Amino acid sequence: MNHAVSDTSHDHPYDYPDYTLGDPIADTTAPDGPIADRWDTRRFTAKLVNPANRRKHTVIVVGTGLAGGSAGATLAEQGYHVVQFCYQDSPRRAHSIAAQGGINAAKNYRNDGDSVHRLFYDTVKGGDFRARESNVHRLAQISVEIIDQCVAQGVPFAREYGGLLDTRSFGGVQVSRTFYARGQTGQQLLLGAYQALSRQIAAGNVAMHPRTEMLDLIVIDGRARGIVARDLVTGEISSHFADAVVLASGGYGNVFYLSTNAMNSNATAIWRAHRRGALFANPCFTQIHPTCIPRTGEHQSKLTLMSESLRNDGRIWVPKDSGDTRGPADIPEDERDYYLERIYPSFGNLVPRDIASRAAKNVCDQGRGVGPGGQGVYLDFADAIARLGRRAVEEKYGNLFEMYERITAENPYEVPMRIYPAVHYTMGGLWVDYDLQTTVPGLFAVGEANFSDHGANRLGASALMQGLADGYFVLPATLSDYLARHPRSETPDAAHPAAVRAVEEARERLRRLVGVNGDRTADSFHRELGELMWELCGMARTEHGLRKALERIPQIRAEFWRRIKVPGTEAEFNQSLERANRVIDYLELAELMCLDALHRGESCGGHFREESQTPDGEAARRDEEFSYAAAWEFTGTGRAPVLHKEDLAFTYVHPTQRSYA
Amino acid sequence: MRLTLRVWRQKNATAPGGMAEYQVQDITPDMSFLEVLDTLNERLTLDGEEPIAFDHDCREGICGACGVVVNGEAHGPERTTSCQLHMRSFEDGATVDVEPWRAAAFPVVRDLVVDRGAFDRIIQAGGYVSVPTGAAPEAHATAVPKADADLAFEHAECIGCGACVAACPNGSAMLFTSAKVNHLGVLPQGAPERETRVLDMVAQMDAEGFGGCTLTGECATACPKGIPLMSITSMNKEWLRAHREVARPRRK
Repeated sequence: MNHAVSDTSHDHPYDYPDYTLGDPIADTTAPDGPIADRWDTRRFTAKLVNPANRRKHTVIVVGTGLAGGSAGATLAEQGYHVVQFCYQDSPRRAHSIAAQGGINAAKNYRNDGDSVHRLFYDTVKGGDFRARESNVHRLAQISVEIIDQCVAQGVPFAREYGGLLDTRSFGGVQVSRTFYARGQTGQQLLLGAYQALSRQIAAGNVAMHPRTEMLDLIVIDGRARGIVARDLVTGEISSHFADAVVLASGGYGNVFYLSTNAMNSNATAIWRAHRRGALFANPCFTQIHPTCIPRTGEHQSKLTLMSESLRNDGRIWVPKDSGDTRGPADIPEDERDYYLERIYPSFGNLVPRDIASRAAKNVCDQGRGVGPGGQGVYLDFADAIARLGRRAVEEKYGNLFEMYERITAENPYEVPMRIYPAVHYTMGGLWVDYDLQTTVPGLFAVGEANFSDHGANRLGASALMQGLADGYFVLPATLSDYLARHPRSETPDAAHPAAVRAVEEARERLRRLVGVNGDRTADSFHRELGELMWELCGMARTEHGLRKALERIPQIRAEFWRRIKVPGTEAEFNQSLERANRVIDYLELAELMCLDALHRGESCGGHFREESQTPDGEAARRDEEFSYAAAWEFTGTGRAPVLHKEDLAFTYVHPTQRSYA
Repeated sequence: MRLTLRVWRQKNATAPGGMAEYQVQDITPDMSFLEVLDTLNERLTLDGEEPIAFDHDCREGICGACGVVVNGEAHGPERTTSCQLHMRSFEDGATVDVEPWRAAAFPVVRDLVVDRGAFDRIIQAGGYVSVPTGAAPEAHATAVPKADADLAFEHAECIGCGACVAACPNGSAMLFTSAKVNHLGVLPQGAPERETRVLDMVAQMDAEGFGGCTLTGECATACPKGIPLMSITSMNKEWLRAHREVARPRRK
């Protein structure tokens, strides 16, 4: 990889763009009153659109994952005209498809003490008290309806011999509430949503545009009225108009280059919306998943997750002594450190993800890591196989074991898996209110694209729950309120000055990319940025490191515009151009992530500041100073953004230092 | 390792295509096949040539986006997706041919990229259960025997990559279509639309220009998810049954 970078061209040391403090922001749409009644209240106060009038409203949905697919299908069922976009060749391929482990729901089929309130409590606590109570409670309430809906669609969930649904446990909880379809739950749920969407496409209620990527948001008279999109096959750039725009474009984990996200998952839709006025909340809240297959070399293009469900039966360990180079079979039982079971006896291997990841990093930093480079820990199934038999283990995890063996050429039935944390999910995203509306009226964000429900750390099997809750149930109720309150006005045409300007800016940016004709590829810049972010804004962050990153990122950005090389033209199928165009946005978003991480001088959830830890090395929250969501306003590339704080009030779940010991 | 790659290059759907030869060095056995294409593309870009277009996304074998014919085999010598094919399956110094899926119903978009929109249209023709959001009964209202749920899952695993079509000498989409017909057909939730589903999906499949099935079994051999060949015979049975059922006056 060409990383020969010269810093000498920068005579002026970069001062990191400080931020200014703006007015506080508040969610004004969540009703008051008992938390269990708020969603009912909101649905009742929401204005409705007469069924006969719905077809006159057009809604744009960007993305076809769990949130976008379910939203598009449901809005169309209700009678709205939906125009939907995805960059993939088919809406069935969105990255929700790769989710393995399961989906949470407070069904309490196990009679093990679960309830809506417990799911709400676990999620607020798991998120380290940085999520909004009203939203999380609604999520827990809706969780039960999601399972009903998916079963009715024909999603083949795992079942027991009596024909009823099976469940399993996930990290951070002590009940068994995770429904699953082997290790392919995301695939099956997504196909359910895709099939519902397909039915609406066939009925003419959804106009689907595959291989079409959103490049910008069109805002007219202060309201979101459309998008600029590029046909990835022909290269044609055009404007599309609607009465409301829904972004369901996923998270921004690919800022780190190496992550468990799909290669083409990107932040362009949410970042362009941010540039057009949508506040971006908690960008530094990123989830590093503890159980991924370790990296092997320079050529690596992505990282592969091994489902958290494996921690139900696998035991995590490293040698007690640093520098132990013996193979796992040669290390006797009493010279192994099952460190999660030792430090957290009550949750053991099922502690939340942020805690498991940090613990893995700590033992590796102590020189006790295993495998090449010492960047790995064992996930061992020997005990489970002895206890349950190989067949039972195969039944539960067979496809995951197969996947592991294919990638590593090691048989996990015989040799313990080696795992290491990797970037997996982003809790941050566009700021939305209880209605899932951003700060740009008429622009909504659902699923991972918004920031709403997971606080500073998402619990396992909750992403599928949130994506489907947003798309099937929340948005269809709240969007009607917006549409009813904004009677349909004339649809703007492509000649509207705001549309013309947005299209021209998008064209100009692509022309400029192709025109530089430098000597570095988009991937080389992406890798460089990713390595920087992993090192300085990854599992552990310091003021010094973040300042260094904030100095370096604008330099990489400048370098990018001097040296980028994009072959071909903008008027054809051009994957290099697609990638380069996404890297531009990563180079801006990364800076905001570092600034957010720097300003949040506490540790919470996935955001660990080394300066803020308890005596035994756990994350130390500082509630008096930081019990708020940080919503950032864009003011220009490289300019100081404005911080708007949304205070978080906790009346039902009292914030405590999380304890899983 | 070093390899000689011979890759199909085609600028767009209407331009003529042909094989082009490239030498690739510094390949390690733990690289995936697509990472070799990445490496080659980085070099082509810096040399001022246009990189090779290929579809890919999740790179963990589940999204179904990737798919190339390697030495005449869909997804190459292992029974997996192209992204999960690792270089340890190849000999050092080998010459490897890389081509797009070949089927009349999958026109080439560019190089190794084809248009599989026909698959989406087959699903749109009936590959769903008509259950609007909110209309679902409680999940435990209907027990589903575990064996049926497992059978449905086995068929639901299809990732829609198109390897079955590429492997078939007739370019038939029977395995893809039958996987969805059987997934929904064995579940009680899919029962009300059982007949119309199979009739409409098969009709759409034929309309898309896929070839007829002569049961050579190449599709099931190439399928990275192991959709069984029996799937096709089950669908044939379903199709005949549906014709009889629809013909009965009391069903009208």
